[in-house]
Amino acid sequence: MAVALILVLITVGSVAFHLLSPWWWTPIASNWAYIDSTIIITFWITGAVFVAVVLFMAYCVYRFRHQPGRQAHYEPESRRLELWLTVVTGVGVAAMLAPGLFVWRQFITVPQDATDVEILGQQWQWSFRLPGPDGKLGVSDTRLISPDNPLGVSREDPAGQDDVIVEGGELRLPIGKPIKALLRSVDVIHDFYVPEMRAKMDLVPGQVSYIWFTPTRTGTFEILCAELCGVGHAQMRGTVVVQEQSDYQAWLQDQASRSFARLAPAAQ
Amino acid sequence: MSSILLFLSALLPIGMWWLLRQGVMSKPWLEQGVVEGLPGPPPTSAAKVGLGVFLAVIGSLFALFISAYAVRMQMPDWRDVPLPNILWLNSGMLLLSSIALQGARNAARDGDAMALKIGLLAAGVTALAFVSGQLLAWRQLTGNGYLLTSNSANAFFYVLTGIHGLHVLGGLAVLGRTTAAAWRGRLSERLKLSVELCAIYWHFLLVVWLILLSILAGWAGSFVEICRQLLT
Amino acid sequence: MVDVPLGSIGAAPAAAVDDVELYHPHSWLTKYVFSQDAKIIAIQYSLTALSVGLIALVLSWLMRLQLGFPGVFSFIDANAYYQFITMHGMMMVVYVLTALFLGGFGNYLIPLMVGARDMVFPYVNMLSFWIYLLAVLILVASFFTPGGPTGAGWTLYPPQAIMSGTPGGQDWGIILMLVSLMVFIIGFTMGGLNYVVTVLQARARGMTLMRMPLTVWGIFTASFMALLAFPALFVGAVMMLFDRALGTSFFMPAIAEMGQPLERSGGSPLLFQHLFWFFGHPEVYIVALPAFGIVSDLISTHARRNIFGYRMMVWALLAIGALSFVVWAHHMYVSGMNPYFGFFFATTTLIIAIPTAIKVYNWVLTLWRGDIHLTVPMLFALAFIVTFLNGGLTGLFLGNVVVDVPLSDTMFVVAHFHMVMGVAPILVIFGAIYHWYPKVTGRMLNDALGKLHFWITFLGAYAIFFPMHYLGLMGVPRRYYEIGEMSFVPPSAHMLNAFITIVALIVGAIQLVFVFNLFWSLRHGRPSGGNPWRATTLEWQTPETPPPHGNWGRELPVVHRWAYDYSVPGAAEDFLPQNQPNAQARQGTSNE
Repeated sequence: MAVALILVLITVGSVAFHLLSPWWWTPIASNWAYIDSTIIITFWITGAVFVAVVLFMAYCVYRFRHQPGRQAHYEPESRRLELWLTVVTGVGVAAMLAPGLFVWRQFITVPQDATDVEILGQQWQWSFRLPGPDGKLGVSDTRLISPDNPLGVSREDPAGQDDVIVEGGELRLPIGKPIKALLRSVDVIHDFYVPEMRAKMDLVPGQVSYIWFTPTRTGTFEILCAELCGVGHAQMRGTVVVQEQSDYQAWLQDQASRSFARLAPAAQ
Repeated sequence: MSSILLFLSALLPIGMWWLLRQGVMSKPWLEQGVVEGLPGPPPTSAAKVGLGVFLAVIGSLFALFISAYAVRMQMPDWRDVPLPNILWLNSGMLLLSSIALQGARNAARDGDAMALKIGLLAAGVTALAFVSGQLLAWRQLTGNGYLLTSNSANAFFYVLTGIHGLHVLGGLAVLGRTTAAAWRGRLSERLKLSVELCAIYWHFLLVVWLILLSILAGWAGSFVEICRQLLT
Repeated sequence: MVDVPLGSIGAAPAAAVDDVELYHPHSWLTKYVFSQDAKIIAIQYSLTALSVGLIALVLSWLMRLQLGFPGVFSFIDANAYYQFITMHGMMMVVYVLTALFLGGFGNYLIPLMVGARDMVFPYVNMLSFWIYLLAVLILVASFFTPGGPTGAGWTLYPPQAIMSGTPGGQDWGIILMLVSLMVFIIGFTMGGLNYVVTVLQARARGMTLMRMPLTVWGIFTASFMALLAFPALFVGAVMMLFDRALGTSFFMPAIAEMGQPLERSGGSPLLFQHLFWFFGHPEVYIVALPAFGIVSDLISTHARRNIFGYRMMVWALLAIGALSFVVWAHHMYVSGMNPYFGFFFATTTLIIAIPTAIKVYNWVLTLWRGDIHLTVPMLFALAFIVTFLNGGLTGLFLGNVVVDVPLSDTMFVVAHFHMVMGVAPILVIFGAIYHWYPKVTGRMLNDALGKLHFWITFLGAYAIFFPMHYLGLMGVPRRYYEIGEMSFVPPSAHMLNAFITIVALIVGAIQLVFVFNLFWSLRHGRPSGGNPWRATTLEWQTPETPPPHGNWGRELPVVHRWAYDYSVPGAAEDFLPQNQPNAQARQGTSNE
């Protein structure tokens, strides 16, 4: 009796916690509302299964508890019942998988008009490289890294001459434009994670990975590292500032002229 | 990771066949008494079955090394190792060793104690020659500047041949015990079993070596490439 | 490693041994220390694993103290914190759960349940334990080396694991960890061969595969999987050891450390992840399948009802075992691997949910129309269903590629895997110990202490890990030494963290009651008799309790029925032991 009651209380408590607790995801700031929807679908389906199974268990524990004279029912199996349950489970799984795969396809298909932005991780800070007026990022190589070239950007590549480099500062992005973030690491594996953007991907040394997203709301958001990268992992934070288009352009112009002046003083 | 998946998918039908033969579809609650229709524990000795399972483990180990090799060799810094010619001689030695041990196995079956001793000795000597030859190959490579750390192709060569060599050495320890037993005592059932197990193990290591050789020499890569072109 | 099967020819298969005296131990040392008796080896394995478990428990306390009350305990700095989580994780997954389920329960139960005198290769079995102990000692030794143990996280991802920014990365920590794992794998291979071949070869007459209890099925399948999966970790460990000690570039790409390029190039960090998870995912099921098997038998015995859908349960075990080898990359959705792999691995991962769900249904359906005795083992089994169901369902979030993206590497993952492969299997271990302790010692564990232990452990563990999911949903990353200021984390979350820590301390402390019960009942427990739970399986039918060396006296048992003849209509008792020939009860019972 007490056991059955506690099982019921666990179910009720879990559902109540889910509905009433103040702990929920942070408001979204990117186009990935679809991801939130898939999570909601999954919560509904799994929640229903959890409640149904535990309540049924509680019922069994109460109804079929040992009493003098009770004998269990002898029934080795029931193919019909098992088949039926398998089919229902299969349908439930498909109902979660299909939207998941559909959204994943969008997640990995970068739109044509996305702007490249390089995000670079190192122990334990974030750096960023934005394409200058030419809209292209220059070539880079880890072996070129030196104290005065911490990102290893090739000096030969003309596309890299006007790149805007932000070291350990803020990443600024314009609102409403798709961004393709090219992720690169110079030492160990890091992970670019902005909870409000929902997107997340590892930065792996020796290769370039990517994600894309469109910021949908202006504001300042935190960048966290989500892959253990050594003892300073928890301190590896950064900031992304999403601005209106005009503010962003003004800032970019300013930065581009500064870095142009820094990189090629002789040319002017 | 395709090599290991290939290896596992080869094991899968064996497992399924065995399970079906053991009546995995039957309804046990309908049967009572000592069921005679189904095979009980098979007549094969436990040691032989144990060796079979152990070979599956070694197979998995090498399949995984080969998987790692296949992934790593696609990186741009990969520079193939020119195989030292002595490897061909070594392969011959290992083949001879396998043949000699098969001879010993047949001799043990026929009860020919003299041929058994000769077979065991020959197998031991040729296997030792194989291991020494592999060490010579290492020396030649390091002498020619193909150091462990200078390229991952080199590192893989040393690791793969080294792990294989360790397995041969382990086998040699058992073979040594078996040979000593053959010298000391009469031809017992236990000795026959030992010789048979050694022979199976040897053939397996020979096959593993030939696969490793084909991969190190690049034939396996070209073979896969040809298959791929035929399929597409 | 090589001469495992060959060196053991001397041991005749147990089924064929007529003379029980054949390898009887003669001295105290060979009987209790260097014993070749699977039951003694099982106890050695279990006690070692439980001791490691206590160390891991203390480590979890320390890290929870830091998370719940950041900055209060000055001796837990970031270095120490990462060392604690790494050692806690590795110890629990490999050295506690794997060793306890396979080395402990496998050794004790397989020979008894299939009606054998012992494992088929007793000498190799003994070696297996001593090599395991050596692996444990090497692992623990890393606490005492300069630089301390590795703090790379239990996943040991390179390049981080072997670089100076990680505790133990350029010291002895990582080397000892890798060596210890390799030694463990060698030792496990020896044991695993025994478990598999004993089931294949040494079953008593009449013990067909489909008459085996699900416990044996679970341990058998898991052992086989472990034999095939552990080599992946071995390969990864060898290659990383080369990278760390000899300067090769298997996993090390061209990287820079502190602004200086290192002498490495071309290696693939993702290759290690593939190897690690090729081991790591089957490993989850290597822990889960024995738990599935054991819990099936607990439920069936204590609900006095045959396990519902036995055949389906066996097939589901086998299906899960096979499928678990093709889902590994669901741990790598955000690892930067080819994103198209996501489609394949999400599909296989969600398919594996179907056989798993069938198992849950069948456990619950076994309760339905049963005659449920709420004994302590049964309580643990019920608690297992709740926690496993919860953890399994959150697995559907993480397995479904795009849903995983915001949740991966957050506390949601931590909560999920603790629920599903931490709490759930440990509840089974407790249930199993309460269930089989009478067979091992001849005495019952104290019931009142058992219930106290159960309720605090179960409700406490649920209160720890259920709310933790919501921290992750909020975005709190895992493996953070301190959360500090995060704009999206409300102050109430810090209270939640403190709450979790306090509950964790209580749940940890209550385990002392369990340890006390284990020792106290050894002397003062109620004598149990040979079959206190009135169970059908063979281990309860031994002529003596605890079973002596050789298990069965002069004659091996002969098996006449499957393992689940409970409450057969018309039978005098509500259970028919497997070796009971007379089936006075069977007329007209078949409903097929």
